[in-house]
Amino acid sequence: MSSITADAVKSPASAVKLDARDAQQAASALKSVAVAAEEVASGVEAKRKEQRIVRAVPYPFVVAFSAAGFVIAAIINLVFPQVAPVEFKQGQIWIFLLNGQEAYLFLLAVLTVLYVVIGVVDGRNPKDAARFRYRAQFRFVAGLALALWDVTGTKLQVLPQPFFPGPSQVMEPFVTDGAYVALNTFYSVRLFAAGFASGVILGVLTGVLIGWFARAYYWVFPVLKITGVIPAVAWMPFALTLMPTPFIAAVFLLLICSWFPVAFLTAQGIQSTPKMLVEASRTLGAKTPYILFHVAIPHAMPSIFTGIGMANSLSFLTLVISEMMGQPGGLGYYIDQAKAWSAYNEILAAIVVMAVLFSLIMKLLEVVRGRVLRWQKGLVK
Amino acid sequence: MSAATATETQVSSASAEWNASEPIISIKHIERDFVADDGSVTQALSDVNLDIRKGELISIIGPSGCGKTTLLRLISGLDKPQRGEVTFKGHEIEGPNPERGYVFQQGSLFPWLTVEENIAFGLKAQGKYKEHKDEVGEYLNKVGLAGFEKSYPHQISGGMAQRVAIARALIDHPEVLLLDEPMGALDSFTRADLQDRLLDLWEKYHMTMILVTHDVDEAIYLGNRVVIMTPRPGRIKEIVPIDLAQRDRVSDDFTAYRKQLLTKLHFNVHNHD
Repeated sequence: MSSITADAVKSPASAVKLDARDAQQAASALKSVAVAAEEVASGVEAKRKEQRIVRAVPYPFVVAFSAAGFVIAAIINLVFPQVAPVEFKQGQIWIFLLNGQEAYLFLLAVLTVLYVVIGVVDGRNPKDAARFRYRAQFRFVAGLALALWDVTGTKLQVLPQPFFPGPSQVMEPFVTDGAYVALNTFYSVRLFAAGFASGVILGVLTGVLIGWFARAYYWVFPVLKITGVIPAVAWMPFALTLMPTPFIAAVFLLLICSWFPVAFLTAQGIQSTPKMLVEASRTLGAKTPYILFHVAIPHAMPSIFTGIGMANSLSFLTLVISEMMGQPGGLGYYIDQAKAWSAYNEILAAIVVMAVLFSLIMKLLEVVRGRVLRWQKGLVK
Repeated sequence: MSAATATETQVSSASAEWNASEPIISIKHIERDFVADDGSVTQALSDVNLDIRKGELISIIGPSGCGKTTLLRLISGLDKPQRGEVTFKGHEIEGPNPERGYVFQQGSLFPWLTVEENIAFGLKAQGKYKEHKDEVGEYLNKVGLAGFEKSYPHQISGGMAQRVAIARALIDHPEVLLLDEPMGALDSFTRADLQDRLLDLWEKYHMTMILVTHDVDEAIYLGNRVVIMTPRPGRIKEIVPIDLAQRDRVSDDFTAYRKQLLTKLHFNVHNHD
């Protein structure tokens, strides 16, 4: 190790494209030390090779780099002077008294720890490590973006207020009004689960009937085609007057908005069952009900999941709109209330919760889909 | 138990009516027309007569559109003739039945089932999977696919997929195996391999096999008799018995048969033009 020359260290280091100068430089220097120690004897050939290898930064630096953006954001938050006059309200979470500023710092700490932990866990498997490495740059820049937002939104308030609050103000409702945000989130989750699940179940049932039985197709399909194109929220006045509670009215709206795409695509999937597969099952002794459940429905599964995906996005939309109009709770209701007070930081807080919540729901669906359709792996892109 | 006994007696009484010296499949004066969307009528089969004995391996050959696949579908029960009748062991064929196994051209495997689940499909559909579970592995070995149990159809080659399709039909212990150009989409090496496997299975199980093909060599190599069909309307032109001393694709008598068949097929084409 001690026998390496100075230029062996310098030249690869300068060849690296720098994102985080400190981390990268240290990393490339370290790498070239290792490479040079191995190949110092083999001259020019080795030097060329060395320059290629040096592009792969050691994994621990990648982990540090992923979290570095958030650390920088925290440092900027602590160091940068608070120029604009902003009043930070304090709230209590469990036994902790916090203001928005501290909550923002806490969030940055959580993100830092989270990505270090994910990095360490991913590092145990080369495939996960490669994915973590791939995402490192984005995470670093995300941290820098938070810092930029902090400076422009909270510290200097150069953007028009109160429309562009900084991250500290967006965090504020979680500490001053945490229980209320949680309550409304829970209301949304409950509403979504009830409406979406019943819509999907009903949609699959209708789709199978329409797709398999010519008579059901004749009578039900035109109704589906005409009513399905109407945005579910158009029925809101009827739903709110005719249903016993506003909650049931909203469940009904979510139900019809997810019912249509699921029913339509299920029917399409069932109808497109190849004749050859049906005939093959008949020559193998399968009777019609068996063919429906073991040939037509499995064949329709990819299509059913496409419908469920569409229903999912429509449900998010219907959920928020119906909560903004005549629900006693939910994230949409929370936004509607905040709007009345021009509390744009609360609106953004609710939007952040939605982003996280809806992403989690999408992820969950993706996992279910991947399991059910695992036979497609390698068959489709 | 009583139900099982009842079916058994039914089967035995049915086979009692049928004398093994009679043809296992008898096709009499079959007519089958197809009406196109524009109302034009195509005569797919016209006055087709054919008797097939138990244990025979029949090749049906002819240009496309001669109705050879239609004929096979009528024997399986997937299709019905407008006139005439097709009988299996003396009974008119009502519909598809696993006792007449069917191997399709290609792409007939269920893509969402693994190789072993595909083979087990017939057993499960008939509700007798539990008793015959062990046979799945047995048939998997018979077609040389051990080790691919958990593969999905898209992960195996075309030749292997056809072997799965054959195993899937064989697990129901069919008396007749109907093969609809099962090797049509395979390269010549895979094809030769599959032909030999089919011959092995035919000898081992004393099955009756009916093979539809457009390959003259294949028809001679596998068939005891070659049925030559001609199109518009689909008819049987001639039935050529094959008597090869041994199955050798380059022997003199093989070449002679090939010449004979090719002449007959071509002669027909010239006649039409």
